[in-house]
Amino acid sequence: MTVQLPFVQVLLPLLGAPLCALLRSRVAAWLLFLLAALGSLGCAVLLAQRVATAGTQRYSVGGWTAPVGIEFVIDDFNTPVLLLVSLIAAVVAVFSHRSLAAEVAAKRVPLVYACLCLVLAGMLGIAVTGDAFNAFVFLEIMSLASYALIAMGRRRRALLAAFRYLVVGSVGAVFVLIGIGLAYAVTGTLNMADLAQRLGGLHGNRALYAAVVFVLVGLAVKMAVFPLHAWLPDAYAQAPSAVGVLLSATATKVAIYALLRFAFTVFGATLVFGVMPVGRIGALLAVLAMLIGSAVACFQTDLKYLLAWSSIAQIGYIVAGISLATTAGVSAAYLHVINHAVTKAALFAAAGLLVLRLGSARLDDLAGFGRRMPWTFAAVVVAGLGLVGVPPTAGFVSKWALATALLERGQWPVLAAMLVSSLLALVYVGRIVEVGWFREPSLVTVMNRPPVSMVAAIWFLVLLSVYFGLDATLPSSLADAAAAALLRNGG
Amino acid sequence: MIGSHYVYWLTFALMMIGLYVVISHGNLIKKLIGLSLFQVAVFLFYISLGKVDGGTAPIITEGTQTYSHPLPHVLILTAIVVGVATLAVGLALVVRLFESYGSLEEDEILQRDISDRDTTDRDGVAS
Amino acid sequence: MSGLLATWTSPDQATALPVIVALPLLAGGAVLLLRRHPNLREAASLVGGIALAVAVLGLWPAAGRDLRFELWSWLPGLSFEFALEPLGLLFATLAAVLWPVTTVFSIGYLRGNRETDQTRFYFFVALTIAAAMWIALSANLITLFVGYEIMTLATWPLVVHKGDPDAERGGRTYLVLLLATSVGLLLPAIAWTWLLAGSTDFRPGGLLTGHAGTTVLVVLFTLYLFGIGKAALMPVHRWLPAAMVAPTPVSALLHAVAVVKAGVFTVLKVAVYVFGLDTLDVSGAARPMMWVAAVTLLTAGVIAVRSDNLKRRLAYSTVSQLAYIVLAATLARDVAIAGGALHMVAHAIAKITLFMCAGAIYVTARKTRVGELDGLGRTMPWTFGAFLVASVSIIGLPPVGGMWSKWLLLMGAAEADQLVMMLVLLVGSMLALAYLMPIPVRAFFRPPPVAPLHGEASPALVGPPVLTAIGCAALFLVAEAVITPLSGIPELSGIVELP
Repeated sequence: MTVQLPFVQVLLPLLGAPLCALLRSRVAAWLLFLLAALGSLGCAVLLAQRVATAGTQRYSVGGWTAPVGIEFVIDDFNTPVLLLVSLIAAVVAVFSHRSLAAEVAAKRVPLVYACLCLVLAGMLGIAVTGDAFNAFVFLEIMSLASYALIAMGRRRRALLAAFRYLVVGSVGAVFVLIGIGLAYAVTGTLNMADLAQRLGGLHGNRALYAAVVFVLVGLAVKMAVFPLHAWLPDAYAQAPSAVGVLLSATATKVAIYALLRFAFTVFGATLVFGVMPVGRIGALLAVLAMLIGSAVACFQTDLKYLLAWSSIAQIGYIVAGISLATTAGVSAAYLHVINHAVTKAALFAAAGLLVLRLGSARLDDLAGFGRRMPWTFAAVVVAGLGLVGVPPTAGFVSKWALATALLERGQWPVLAAMLVSSLLALVYVGRIVEVGWFREPSLVTVMNRPPVSMVAAIWFLVLLSVYFGLDATLPSSLADAAAAALLRNGG
Repeated sequence: MIGSHYVYWLTFALMMIGLYVVISHGNLIKKLIGLSLFQVAVFLFYISLGKVDGGTAPIITEGTQTYSHPLPHVLILTAIVVGVATLAVGLALVVRLFESYGSLEEDEILQRDISDRDTTDRDGVAS
Repeated sequence: MSGLLATWTSPDQATALPVIVALPLLAGGAVLLLRRHPNLREAASLVGGIALAVAVLGLWPAAGRDLRFELWSWLPGLSFEFALEPLGLLFATLAAVLWPVTTVFSIGYLRGNRETDQTRFYFFVALTIAAAMWIALSANLITLFVGYEIMTLATWPLVVHKGDPDAERGGRTYLVLLLATSVGLLLPAIAWTWLLAGSTDFRPGGLLTGHAGTTVLVVLFTLYLFGIGKAALMPVHRWLPAAMVAPTPVSALLHAVAVVKAGVFTVLKVAVYVFGLDTLDVSGAARPMMWVAAVTLLTAGVIAVRSDNLKRRLAYSTVSQLAYIVLAATLARDVAIAGGALHMVAHAIAKITLFMCAGAIYVTARKTRVGELDGLGRTMPWTFGAFLVASVSIIGLPPVGGMWSKWLLLMGAAEADQLVMMLVLLVGSMLALAYLMPIPVRAFFRPPPVAPLHGEASPALVGPPVLTAIGCAALFLVAEAVITPLSGIPELSGIVELP
């Protein structure tokens, strides 16, 4: 049984999807999704243990051995992603029960859960697979399901958001496909480890350069790297709240994982960052993303849009870390992937609770919510401070790691941009606080008791982010191990 | 150069036509048509990779000496499925967009969306 | 009791340090639990304060010993750690002793003014004190930085206590300036230090000694001094007057007990333990900032003279007096550092007296402007008596404690051959004379415009300032004992005795 764990990891949510769709019962579908998420979490924990004790795990799907068959590889680099994705999915499962009931028509709820299962399966699949083409397939499973999920938003604008995301996302996916095809044309293999080996002696091949560019640009679309970010604000803000929580916390993060995997282990850091100017371009885009994302976030009138724009800036931090291509830089980026996922999930979840209780996430409608909902307000403030990067939140840890990594390489302009972006984050978080605390509450608010499940989910995430801020040894050791594994392979 | 690799040039030309349609057209259906063209061009590119000069279809019977590489075909089968699924989701979205906005033109939809926001300040929670 | 303390403060098991940080937190928790019983709630706050003061004073016998307590490791190679060291002990004592005094005053003020949300007030005050203890006992820069930021966040609800648009504006300036400087300048400075020296521990003789060239030292020192926004150097001083929207006990807390003192304390710590006095002196890295401090000292004094609003005048007086301490750090002489540390204490006691007097005047007579105070001294003799004593201390005249710190600072400037700075110090004192003395003089010697309808302030309001005014006077006698532990720092072992 334990040998099959890597497969079970993906299979659980994949099986959940059709069952959810067939059962047509809200509660049953919810339970299935919850079980799938918890099962994945269990799998991920077991796998992490095995990797820690026995090293890298390889699993040949269907018994076809690599390089012909599809291989799942579990190592130090993807176990944190598995843990993160399945943990967030479990929290979203807890959160979604009441949130979806309020935001989505009852007959569609089982379908939402089916799609959520598919998204989860896709994300876990991207993380476990050791096959380049298989990664594309899982990427599309995740993306297609998320287009459908976004379209379930309660306003008609959600449909447009989903359509635009579909067009841009599909173009990005096809770019990845072209890149993989070119790499295949050059090497004749699709297995990542095999690819890495055969590409080693091929520097100077133009088709290979094209392959790198296509894969990186395609994944950059899915990551919402500036200037390929345009789909993100609408998509995250218009999606049902529970979906927004899951996607904002994990979807871009999984794309980041795929990018790291391709750039460092498949193509190799010497090619991507040494021969090609990816590092410099990445640093430039990161600076732009940090500044523009945070600046635009300051002018948003809707809490969810504000959070989405802040995500674009935060992805800039991650790209800045990656573009250094040093162990410290990649480790900082990885750490920020974890910390930002937890923080942003908490904020989107809080926004979801506000939508449930006040009927809207527009800042005007949130006036004075802090006085009536002090605990939700406290959660928003603590998680918001995480975005600014103030101790003792998790955001501070990753900011510290990134700052030292940037200083190590003397990247002063990037560091300055990061600090300016943090201060802009202070402005937009300050706006939420001022609206929530100093404005007179509007009279037409609908007040009812907050569902315990949603409050529990929010506070779990908030406390987790504070814990990661106070004792950063766990995430940072995971990130360090991941970065070390990555650069060892690529070097 | 062009002579020996003309298939690649053709597929890349097709790709660019598809991408241009996606970017330049405001009509949602046309965007999807462009997207499909773009995808199909990539499929052709993959298939052409597997072609071996003088090779037959990869069905091994007696007397088969050379045959095309089967792996790209298998991959593209999967990719076609993905493409069809994308198209299906996209068309479903277009249908629902037309139902709720009464238009297929992106700029008109945006126009209506903005006017909507002006008139309805708050939107209630779906029951 | 002493036996218990002895085991707590043994070098291998310095449990007293985390306990001292936890005590105010416990008091804060008790405040929250007792929110429905105002009397019990305030008793909890007061008991917590007294317990903390006793606990911190109990550390004085252990001052020379190397007490350390590692909380937990935060990142590989970086851990949250407490250590007892003389400057920190001084700061901790200051905050711990003045907390119960402020609490008594706050009870009188908040009740007299019928303020709302008093539980929130006491809770965040307790949290601020906990942050102050954390800062005072930090063993490395990272630990200190965390406490520093927590203090900023914990005082913000106090600054915006009233919740009106004015408070919103003041609170915004307060938070943005303090966080902008700390995140934008202090954090990179710490990260850079970590990269250069491979550690963030406070090390006698200077962490950076031998790890950086002159240019880097100059840039780093500038980053640190502007990054420590709580030390209120111009132009980052603006948060201080902005925070005047807060109720007066909060101002007392900000100006005297916790916030600004945390700022100058950090400046002294950085100068002594991160750069090292010798390194600062030889490299001249502190020279540029010395001028910034001098300009701040004089400009703030002039603004104070020209301010009619009493609290605003006191705020700018604080900015000016803080610049004395920063100037002491930039002089990089052992005498000057001792003077700066002593001024931290002397100014704290005097300034808390002044603010409590201002609060007593506001609650009793509803007066906020200097021009309105004519003749008030006749009806409120105790209040204005305390005000007079504290003013004399700030100006630096005998026979009150403030005289010694100014004396040591002058000695330091003379030793460093900085004649201009000696002049600056003297002119600063003249300005202090000009902005403080007219207040008690008007109150006592000008006739009141109309017959006042009120008498002396209530005991809870007038008791604490009288007590701290006596403290100002007592400091004149015990100043030497206060700075004696400082000679435990190797570079300060030669500080001269007071005449």
